Amino acid sequence: MAEYMILIYEQEKPYQDMDEAAGRQVLESHLRFQDQISELGGTLVAGNALESSATATTIRSDVVTDGPFAETKAVLGGYYLIEAGDLDQALEIAKLCPAAHGGVEVRPIRVFSGG
Amino acid sequence: MGNGVVRSAGTSATVPEPSEEVRSAVAQAHWREWALVLAATVRVTRDIDVAEECVQDAYVSALAAWTRTGVPDSPAAWLSTTARRKALDALRRDKTLRAKLPLLIERAGDPEPPAEGVNVIKDDRLRLVFTCCHPALSREAQVALALRLICGLTTAEIAAAFLVPEATMAARVTRAKKKIAAARIAYRVPGQAELPERLDGVLTVIHLLFTTGHTAPAGAGLVRVELVDRAIELARMMASLMPDEPEARGLLALMILIDARRATRTDDDGRILLLSEQDRSRWDSAAIAEGSALAREAMRGLIRGRFAIQAAIAAVHAQAPSHEQTDWRRLLALYDELLRAWPSPVVELNRAVAVAMLDGPEAGLAEISRLEADDKLGGYRYLPSAKADLLRRAGRYAEAAASYETAIGLTQNEAERRFLRARLGEVGGQAGPA
Repeated sequence: MAEYMILIYEQEKPYQDMDEAAGRQVLESHLRFQDQISELGGTLVAGNALESSATATTIRSDVVTDGPFAETKAVLGGYYLIEAGDLDQALEIAKLCPAAHGGVEVRPIRVFSGG
Repeated sequence: MGNGVVRSAGTSATVPEPSEEVRSAVAQAHWREWALVLAATVRVTRDIDVAEECVQDAYVSALAAWTRTGVPDSPAAWLSTTARRKALDALRRDKTLRAKLPLLIERAGDPEPPAEGVNVIKDDRLRLVFTCCHPALSREAQVALALRLICGLTTAEIAAAFLVPEATMAARVTRAKKKIAAARIAYRVPGQAELPERLDGVLTVIHLLFTTGHTAPAGAGLVRVELVDRAIELARMMASLMPDEPEARGLLALMILIDARRATRTDDDGRILLLSEQDRSRWDSAAIAEGSALAREAMRGLIRGRFAIQAAIAAVHAQAPSHEQTDWRRLLALYDELLRAWPSPVVELNRAVAVAMLDGPEAGLAEISRLEADDKLGGYRYLPSAKADLLRRAGRYAEAAASYETAIGLTQNEAERRFLRARLGEVGGQAGPA
């Protein structure tokens, strides 16, 4: 087994404009996804939603600035850390990850060998 | 291409010079059996790089060994055994190699492949193909890996075929191999559910090799024969490894039928000849017979895929006694079917040409202006040249000239440019002073 990070990149506007019922649906879709991870043979290690990019603070060579690292249309809004057997399995799982207003990026967690 | 091993093998004073027969047997085995030998060796090493080195060594050894003992009955078996022995030696010698993470990942729960026998090798070659063409790799990387690992071309040869610096190609191959290991792209044939999509990816890579070779996007000659031959060889392998997949057969049929016209696509001076101008008596009739039979088989599938339909289209052209006597009505029906199976503006353009043959150039032009409107073909070099040809046939020479000019600006292939300039000269003469 190996660990993969599923990074969720989405536009923020639709979430800001969302009413309560729609927000609840998004939450439910994530809860459902968390069940599906194990149904597909993977393991959920960790996962979180992030506060909006307006709350981000960036540090570059000790200089602290307001805002996210890169100004992009879709921003990192949350992540899941999962365990899967291989990339195909990780992708199969990640395909089900809710990201209606963007998409997800799957990255293997680097393994450092030796001591 | 493909005989790098033969060239690089030095001969020492004690070993007799390999005969022509041995050299050609090694070259043949390199051409046909590389994937099989590599796949067999990867089983032992679990590491592509080490396996590649051992296979390379085995081919070099073959020159001397076969000179001494004669060419074995099964060169592939000899090479596999030799490469695997070298791999085991390497693993014994080098502890760090054994301690390395297994670079090729097999999925727990996938059926354990049988230990020996014909089916193993067959299955291993497919695993190699599906790994090279994994959708998580860029298309460029897929093509490079396929040529490198399945065909056994050197990085220098692949770089030359795609007109990129060798260092660029080497970096591309290294990056792709790294991703296979780091992201754990599994060494497996995809399951039934994923198979159609993944197979389509593999066939697309092979088709891309063919089209790149068939009309080189840049450079002096029209065709890069070595790429065309490699692509056909790969399609042959896929069709024989997956006999129940009509699309694999369809792709093979398509490429054989198109390549059957190779000798007549340019004249003695390298100028392009259109389908209507080609000497059909010089088309390869054996290839047409083989391709047509394969196309028929591919079209028997329940769901007819894009390669099968394109093969059927190529077969109609190949079997027509002349351009005029081509069955344009059947072609139009096939293009309609193709559009349903694989909607694409390029297919619509080809359909427009068929419409023009049936109902006259103006009808074809009407279809083309519809295509121009939706902009998906902006920059596609065959749109203005097809349009120019229809305008020329409609007698609208000044407009045809303008379209030829546009087409010339969009191609980097010298043979295509010369053809278009010649056509421009013709219509320019007809149009008179503008």
